[in-house]
Amino acid sequence: MTVRVQEADFDVGAELARLTDGNKRIGGLAVFVGLVREMHVRDGYHRDRVDALTLEHYPGMTETALEEIEAEANKRWPLEATLIVHRHGRMEPGERIVLVAVGSPHREAAFEACEFLVDWLKTKAPFWKLEDTPKGEQWVGAHQEDDAAAARWEKK
Amino acid sequence: MKVRYFAWMKKTVGVPEEEVTPPADIDTVGDLIVWLRGRSPGHAEALAEGAAFGAAVDQRTATFDVKLAGAREVAFFPPFTGG
Repeated sequence: MTVRVQEADFDVGAELARLTDGNKRIGGLAVFVGLVREMHVRDGYHRDRVDALTLEHYPGMTETALEEIEAEANKRWPLEATLIVHRHGRMEPGERIVLVAVGSPHREAAFEACEFLVDWLKTKAPFWKLEDTPKGEQWVGAHQEDDAAAARWEKK
Repeated sequence: MKVRYFAWMKKTVGVPEEEVTPPADIDTVGDLIVWLRGRSPGHAEALAEGAAFGAAVDQRTATFDVKLAGAREVAFFPPFTGG
């Protein structure tokens, strides 16, 4: 179980190699990489061009929140390895923002837990996106679809 | 206690953080919000009733009915948009 919040980019290949190195119980590794888009999409429409994104976070609380989300995934699925790397600071379109990787003996658990981690980190970890657009700087608002995606995993 | 503001709230309030000493009858996060509104027009706007923001007490997400008892740091922020 590893959580890192950093300004620097990450090397996906190197991160995955390190995550699985020496663990031969892992049969499936599911990976999500979030990238900076060059346009703002809302309600299915492409809106403003995005020249850059600045991610602000709450140092201390961010790490705790991500560790709790990761621990919850490990409670719900039989996982062998989990990794969350989330960047902060200024990034341009095409740059990597976040890496979530989950290793499990079987693929179903790896796929599900990876999706769970992405859904929950979007709504439960203290990050905020500021977009640099031709109209000026704009804070990104919360998306209802993200809340709905996160709510799927709430235990009844 | 230290009060911190994030994202657009920081600009609206005018400072990223401040040390405050609320009166003894300020018991919950909700009480603190009402009291902070009186500090400046920026506070009143950022923490307005119906504005979409959340709170954390000592770096844990907290609803407005959470008691402040001994809290060292309270934070206010808009909904999260990471990932």
